[in-house]
Amino acid sequence: MLQPSLENYVETDNSESLTVEQAIANLQGNDQGLRYYAAWWLGKFRVREPLAIDALIAALQDQENQTELGGYPLRRNAARALGKLGDHRAVPALIDCLDCPDFYVREAAVQSLAMLEDRTCIPKLIKLLDGGLEAAEPIPGSPHLAQPYNAVIEALGDLGVTEAIELIELFLEHPNELEQYAAARAMYQLTQNPTYVERLIKALRADQVQLRRAALSDLGAIGYLPAADAIAKTWAENSLRLIALKGILEHYLETHPTDGCHLSETTIRIMNLMDGLL
Amino acid sequence: MTNTTREQELIRAVKEADSAYSLVKAVRILANAHIEAAIPTLIAVFSYNNPGAAELAAGGVVRFGKTAVAQLLNLIDDYNYGGRAWAIRALSGIGDPRAFDTLIEAAETDFSMSVRRAATKGLGNLDWEDMPKDKIPAAQEQAFKTLLLTCQDSEWVVRYSSVVGLQGLATAVVVTYPELAESIKTHLAQMFKTETDLTVRTRIQLAIEQLG
Repeated sequence: MLQPSLENYVETDNSESLTVEQAIANLQGNDQGLRYYAAWWLGKFRVREPLAIDALIAALQDQENQTELGGYPLRRNAARALGKLGDHRAVPALIDCLDCPDFYVREAAVQSLAMLEDRTCIPKLIKLLDGGLEAAEPIPGSPHLAQPYNAVIEALGDLGVTEAIELIELFLEHPNELEQYAAARAMYQLTQNPTYVERLIKALRADQVQLRRAALSDLGAIGYLPAADAIAKTWAENSLRLIALKGILEHYLETHPTDGCHLSETTIRIMNLMDGLL
Repeated sequence: MTNTTREQELIRAVKEADSAYSLVKAVRILANAHIEAAIPTLIAVFSYNNPGAAELAAGGVVRFGKTAVAQLLNLIDDYNYGGRAWAIRALSGIGDPRAFDTLIEAAETDFSMSVRRAATKGLGNLDWEDMPKDKIPAAQEQAFKTLLLTCQDSEWVVRYSSVVGLQGLATAVVVTYPELAESIKTHLAQMFKTETDLTVRTRIQLAIEQLG
């Protein structure tokens, strides 16, 4: 299922200006701009060719494409692309990325390992939550926390890691709303207790659009059917509401297989909500 | 206070809103006031990058129906795809065939998927009887042709709304141009066999069921 995320919302042109061969060649070339774009492109257009995978895995070790602040933009894009390509050969290299000094590489690696549904990374993910809330305090002057807690908690929820429940529960009290939402979403996934989802539904009425978007994305990811109407009404971009409703529809279809003859009333109701947002 | 002064004040409140909250509040009041002179202000709100305000403004503009079409067509924002999507969505909601060329072009060529999405739905929701009689069949064929193209879009959501557009078009022509309705049904049945996205495929199934 497509993970609802802000990235999916980013509008892109449909230019097919690259070919697969060109993209792979560009990724291995010397032009840093072309390398960065090629890594994104291979993920966006789901190029699952072994040569592309190999080149992306190699790019996770890149030393040349580095920012003033020590970030690794090419590694970030390569890690993101590998999550979309579904090739498990990428797992060991992505796990190595969890030690990368660049926060955004670690975040991308966590998200991609979750998309690959990789269970070998679980101990390492749990380790990233070390220190609990104290270690996860906001850092003055930094745009991010010490670790990509949000992504880690979402991954543990998606992977059904019930032994992490106590660690995740702490984050319901994190000072940042986004960490609270991630914790609520994971707690619901791990306990099936709908109380946790109420927090997310309430967040659809938050003042800031970023919070409403995050709650939408979480509700779509868990496919929480009772939230469908609230999702259709919340004030966020229609694209994001559509992705969230798609998540709910597909979760419903997967859990309520029919004989394929007639669509159920619930299915039709969700699609009517979607039609209204086109 | 005269009526006009009051109207000017409501319009100014939108233009001078200095927070997301005050903007939404001002747009809500202006949209509900149904002031024709406020149409350009409401259209401008489409490009403010505030989804709540844009939705209220679009609702306000659509309530003017055909009265707002000329201004929507003239004030469409070529440089802000979010604003453009709301304008196309409003035109699609009103259904005035004066928007026909704009919808065709937006569906086929706009780089933004939210614009293509709104336009393809709109092509199934036109009040064809408002078009000169001799132009209707060719325009309906053109709409079908465009929707055949957008059914192959790389974005699932554009294919989804193309199906909604096709269903609307087939419903509109079922009596006046039954051959076209049959062609649409044949196409939907064909598409159902090849579509890989579960949501889109389910929407095709709904269209087929409802067209009968």
